[in-house]
Amino acid sequence: MRANFKYNFSWLAVMVIGFVAIDACEFLGIINAFIENMLVTIGINIILATGLNLIIGFSGQFSLGHAGFMAIGAYATGIMTQTIATPLGFYLSMVVGIVIAMIAALIVGIPTLRLRGDYLAIATMGAAEIIRILINNLKITNGAAGLFNIPPLVTWATVYVLMCLTTIVTVNFIHSRNGRAIMSVREDEIAAEAMGINPTRWKLAAFVFGAGTAAIGGSLHAAYIQTIAPGDFNIMASIAILIIVVLGGVGSITGTFVAAIVLGALDTILQNFGTLRMIIYSLALILIMIFKPSGLLGNWELSFKHLGTHQRKEQSIHE
Amino acid sequence: MQTFGQQLINGLSLGSIYALLALGYTMVYGIIKLINFAHGDIYMLGAFWGYFVINQLHFNFIWAMLSAMIFCALLGVVIEYFAYRPLRHSPRITALITAIGVSFLLENGMTYLFTANTRSFPQVIKTVTYHLGGLRISNIQLLILGTACLLMLLLELIIKRTKMGRAMRAVSVDPEAAQLVGININHTISFTFALGSAMAGAAGVLIGLYYNSIDPLMGMTPGIKAFVAAVIGGIGSVPGASVGGFLIGLLETGVQAIGLSAYKDAVVYFVLIVILLVLPAGIFGHKTKEKV
Repeated sequence: MRANFKYNFSWLAVMVIGFVAIDACEFLGIINAFIENMLVTIGINIILATGLNLIIGFSGQFSLGHAGFMAIGAYATGIMTQTIATPLGFYLSMVVGIVIAMIAALIVGIPTLRLRGDYLAIATMGAAEIIRILINNLKITNGAAGLFNIPPLVTWATVYVLMCLTTIVTVNFIHSRNGRAIMSVREDEIAAEAMGINPTRWKLAAFVFGAGTAAIGGSLHAAYIQTIAPGDFNIMASIAILIIVVLGGVGSITGTFVAAIVLGALDTILQNFGTLRMIIYSLALILIMIFKPSGLLGNWELSFKHLGTHQRKEQSIHE
Repeated sequence: MQTFGQQLINGLSLGSIYALLALGYTMVYGIIKLINFAHGDIYMLGAFWGYFVINQLHFNFIWAMLSAMIFCALLGVVIEYFAYRPLRHSPRITALITAIGVSFLLENGMTYLFTANTRSFPQVIKTVTYHLGGLRISNIQLLILGTACLLMLLLELIIKRTKMGRAMRAVSVDPEAAQLVGININHTISFTFALGSAMAGAAGVLIGLYYNSIDPLMGMTPGIKAFVAAVIGGIGSVPGASVGGFLIGLLETGVQAIGLSAYKDAVVYFVLIVILLVLPAGIFGHKTKEKV
């Protein structure tokens, strides 16, 4: 942790600069309500996709059920903030959402993570659908109509800060001893096991961690949009998050950021095209995948550490 | 007993639709390990093709279904050629996202061209309901069941008895070895897509006749359920897909019959997870050993 302190600090500085820049634009009126909405959507998508990238890119497990855990977070916030409509209530509800989502991930993960590849994808998709159908039929969640008039307890600043927080925590988790264990399971399960790493345990750890971040994204979504319905968390929602991860490059957090921003901007620009919007979107998706199969950034990562070592190497060559 | 028999008939007719769709999933997955998300939309296009040829060209049922099968087969080959072939050697998740992209394109393209409205499918065959010992069974249900069984039998014969079928089996076991013995992989994969898509086209026309309504998004849910059916039966196995399809159909109508229709999809997914845990390769699947 201490070794990474310098880099974490650099990232923190970048994040503070980003915050000030957005705040200044807001103050100067460059960012109107429309663009703010786009930025918040991008921020929430980054939180969701970072968690999914941890599961798919770093632990190598193919999950198609991210929206189910997002739904748990969203409904925890939706239900709890209706009685405790304070910022404290919101954070409390977020914590409750995270805990429930993690417990659900444990229940889903312990049996299904024994499956491999596409079978796991289908099993997690089924689990997420079961969560959605339960929400659709429960009384406390108001059934298929969903919840509305959720108190607006989230501003763009909350989303921004939480996005930075989850990213820093996720990246540090990946670069820790535990993260290396998770990546070794991805590379070769049997070799990892021979090195004394329990594959099931670390796959489960990544899965539960990812579910927790999905719940954070869901909470923010509920409190910002103020209306949620079970239909918002169907398979298509899981696929939308998956698209961000794959488009950015599986195993690249920087790529996830780029893809979320590109797709968010594309979505906003295409609003003007009306019904043609989804046709252009799907064509763009197919073409990017055909011409850039490893995603926009592959597994390249923007990192101060590498920038530093790269320069030092160049210097030594010059000397 | 009577309701049981009735549900059995309803379940079998619905199940045969799922089975026809599941065959396409299972063959494509067996040969190139791709979950072809666009398969459900090919089924939708088959239904729309049937709708137009019956309304505009006044085809009868047999010709409508055969032409829909040919149309969907061509469509499947074209989609494979443009969208999946360039990605044959890229990561599988990339091909999956492309398949999702194709699915979005077909759904939204059709919505753009023909609006999202539900259309009523022309009833080319007059519905006649037979009463057999207290059971109601319509001629449409018999037709669906008969056609589905006939097509499945035909498919089984093609795969087991023809040269192309042998090539398909060879490619699914080991593509490189198949190439070494002189099998043209590209032709074989195109043929697989054509066969699977033709089955989906037939299922589309049959469901149009059965439910009497079609819309551009009709392929989404049955597509996913049919994939579940293929997984339950053991993906890559043709008899497995048929059994899985019938199983899902029976399960769905059964759950509906005991008054839990809101939970019918949840039960299907629950059964899927349980079966995958007990038999990780599905009912008819081969268990592969892990190699170091």
